[in-house]
Amino acid sequence: MTVFTPASPLDFDDPGLGDHFLRLVGDGDEYGAVDVVTTLLEQDVPPQRIMMDLIARTQSRVGELWAANEWTVAREHAATATAERALAALATRTAIRPDRGRITIACVDGEWHALPVRILAEMLRLDGWRVDFLGPSVPGPHLVTHLHQTGPDAVALSCMISTRLPRAHAAITACRAAGVPVIAGGRGFGPEGRYAQTLGADAWAAGAEEAVARLAASWPPPPRDPQVHAFLGDDEYTHVVRHRPDLIATGMRALMAAYPGMAAYDDRQVDSTLEDMGHVVDFLAAALYLSEPQIFTDFTDWTLAVLEARKVPPPALRSGLQVVRDQLHDYPRALSVLDAGLSRLTP
Amino acid sequence: MRTLVPAPALLRAALDAASEAVLLCSTPDDTILLVNAAAATLVPDVAALHGALTAGHDTFTVEHAGRHIAGKRRVLDADHHAWYLRDRTEEVNRAAALSAERARAAFLAESGRRLSASLHQGRCLRTTAELAVAHLADAAVVILPPDRRRSTWLRLTTGERIIEGSVPERELSEVPGLVEVLGGFPPIPSRWLDAAQAPSWLGLGEIGALLVTPLPGNAAPAGALILAKREGRFSTDDEILARVFAARAGAAISAAGLYREQVDTAAVLQADLLPPELMQMDGVELVGSYQAAHEAMRIGGDFYDVFEPTHPGGDTVLALGDVCGTGPEAAVLTGKVRQTLRALHLVDAAPAEMLRVLNQALLQSGRQHRFVTLVVGALRRAEHGRVRLTLATGGHPPPLVLRNDGTVEEVPVSGTLIGAVTETVVRPAEVELAPGELCLLYSDGLTEARGGPTATDQYGEARLHAALSTCQGLPATATVERVRQLVSDWMRGGARDDIAMLAVRAPVRTALSLRDGGQSQSSFALNTRRVRQRS
Repeated sequence: MTVFTPASPLDFDDPGLGDHFLRLVGDGDEYGAVDVVTTLLEQDVPPQRIMMDLIARTQSRVGELWAANEWTVAREHAATATAERALAALATRTAIRPDRGRITIACVDGEWHALPVRILAEMLRLDGWRVDFLGPSVPGPHLVTHLHQTGPDAVALSCMISTRLPRAHAAITACRAAGVPVIAGGRGFGPEGRYAQTLGADAWAAGAEEAVARLAASWPPPPRDPQVHAFLGDDEYTHVVRHRPDLIATGMRALMAAYPGMAAYDDRQVDSTLEDMGHVVDFLAAALYLSEPQIFTDFTDWTLAVLEARKVPPPALRSGLQVVRDQLHDYPRALSVLDAGLSRLTP
Repeated sequence: MRTLVPAPALLRAALDAASEAVLLCSTPDDTILLVNAAAATLVPDVAALHGALTAGHDTFTVEHAGRHIAGKRRVLDADHHAWYLRDRTEEVNRAAALSAERARAAFLAESGRRLSASLHQGRCLRTTAELAVAHLADAAVVILPPDRRRSTWLRLTTGERIIEGSVPERELSEVPGLVEVLGGFPPIPSRWLDAAQAPSWLGLGEIGALLVTPLPGNAAPAGALILAKREGRFSTDDEILARVFAARAGAAISAAGLYREQVDTAAVLQADLLPPELMQMDGVELVGSYQAAHEAMRIGGDFYDVFEPTHPGGDTVLALGDVCGTGPEAAVLTGKVRQTLRALHLVDAAPAEMLRVLNQALLQSGRQHRFVTLVVGALRRAEHGRVRLTLATGGHPPPLVLRNDGTVEEVPVSGTLIGAVTETVVRPAEVELAPGELCLLYSDGLTEARGGPTATDQYGEARLHAALSTCQGLPATATVERVRQLVSDWMRGGARDDIAMLAVRAPVRTALSLRDGGQSQSSFALNTRRVRQRS
């Protein structure tokens, strides 16, 4: 095994470069990370390749390291902030005159995973689009106001976590009602972007490169009536959302009764247990909203892996689902979603 | 054709008396044996139907001498069959009129929906051209009334992309009828316009017919719609439909124009009231974040500002405050407070002094019940990469300091509300940040954010302390972003109050991108700029 040495010229194809960059962002070494990026640019590596093959790839490794409990949340945040500075440095050094239309890019309200979207913003800018990046967690009304003021040719909307899909739906419907077609992106829209179609998005892209190609090839899509996909959800969804506080509070009491050891929890442990219960209810609500039990089973699979890495035994998650299930006996669809989740947790 | 075999007179008389048109035929050789009176009236030249009759089908529909004729074959015996003919002309015309009417209704419904969708004028113009080309003509040009002696136009031809441009006002008269329409006079009917006179700047090429329709606006025309057909003419129906469509398009375009005027005016006012883009200081990380309450206008009660040193080696002054109330009134007071602070900074007032003078100024401005909570800090770099802050507050949550060991301290400052009573008590405090340490100034919208599992709990100071302690070692941008994220998750989206934050951090190492001054043409570049766009 050869140890990568960051000597000029950098070899872009050396896998060691990725490890080196990961170390730099993990240490929050902005100077080092910016240096790597600008050196590569000076060596005529196309900026798109630096963004996709170095920055984006490193970011997905950062996510994996967090999930595997090898990195703390704080380190993950530091790495993301450092990668953003590297991306910004790259952006300042690649000026392009816009020759396509104008596009608005935003993360759904409540969605904070901004780096992949920033990369998309830069990729589109390099492709000649005039880009307005509105940032993470953009409230729907602010997004629509922006559309009326700037009249873009497209909105690119990102959603990484499926619990935000009802809000994504409101945003998509509002954008299309304002006459602006929407391209959706991000893991939250499900396998092959299946949920994006249900929510009425005009297109879906798996990643930045695909989005750039889609927007360059056939845009705008033919106009459709924005109200066709405007209503989803049913009374079970409404019940779960409206009774969220009760479902969590009652569930918490049931957990306390079942596990006397929880009485000794400090405020932070109680808060994080409440937060986990909140996730169970939110993913259940999203699964009901879209009639897609897979949203919930994907959540249980993922949570199980994350908990395993943190040495939390599966029965904890199982109990969490069970205490919510016990409160929803009159709601057959909710029960079947929860049962689908519970079946994943059976040893 | 063979000679007709004469039919019995009685049979002929019976068939002639019938109102239905009948042709009696011999089957083996497909010859017509008898044409009754009704059939002779309907089809004077029966031979013209020969093709349809011998095609081998049991029914046919043909157009003959301007009439639509339908036939149905009936077998009479082994050697004979009859064709019963029916005049469908009226039916066909009615069906055509109905489907044309349906198409018109669908077109106008689609127009209404798409034109009312956007308040952006550019989009309205594009939609107008797209709809016109899809339903009314081969090419459409939308022209706006002249502004500073030039008219902007937008053209769409079938199968091509939209092209935009502008033309000097004097050339508008080259398009027959256009000046009249833009001047608010009734349009000239299409048949009086000479299509050949269309000037080349319209870019329509060879055209057969031209129609200039006004786009009615708010008491003055919003513009004109020029339609062109490659061949043929515009019928009276076409003209009426174009005028109905133009009325909708004109209303949408002029509404968008009004909206733009208001947005432009509001933007001028807001520009001074929104949080500033923060300068990048050497040796200090400075990050601001402002999130407006969802319902309020985008300018509200919270603000922050940073004033650069007035002389080399002088202090940088930070201020973060919360004016009571939201909306325009709060914004006006915010502007006053910021301006007063800026002036006080010019005379090198210390933070505690600034608060006292500001209190006097607000009390003397005469407006009752207008107060503000505020934290002011004077910032300077000290030796070994340390940063020193003198802080003073007036009725404001004390700033927090995140130490390198992860502990979170409250800065021991206190002071009374500003603008409420004449006697203020201000106790300032000094804070020193070692490299890696951070001081967070925030407004109470942060700790009073309601949400959590019960949806009504306040986020509270304990959670803020806990959240901040997990940010040890993070750059200031990441810390501010993380706190924002945690509070947003807590509220699950519904911010009821403004939230402002300003973080100062002594960096561990001077970063290259900061040395560059952080100037950027990128679409995002600086955290503060992003915050400004969206909040």
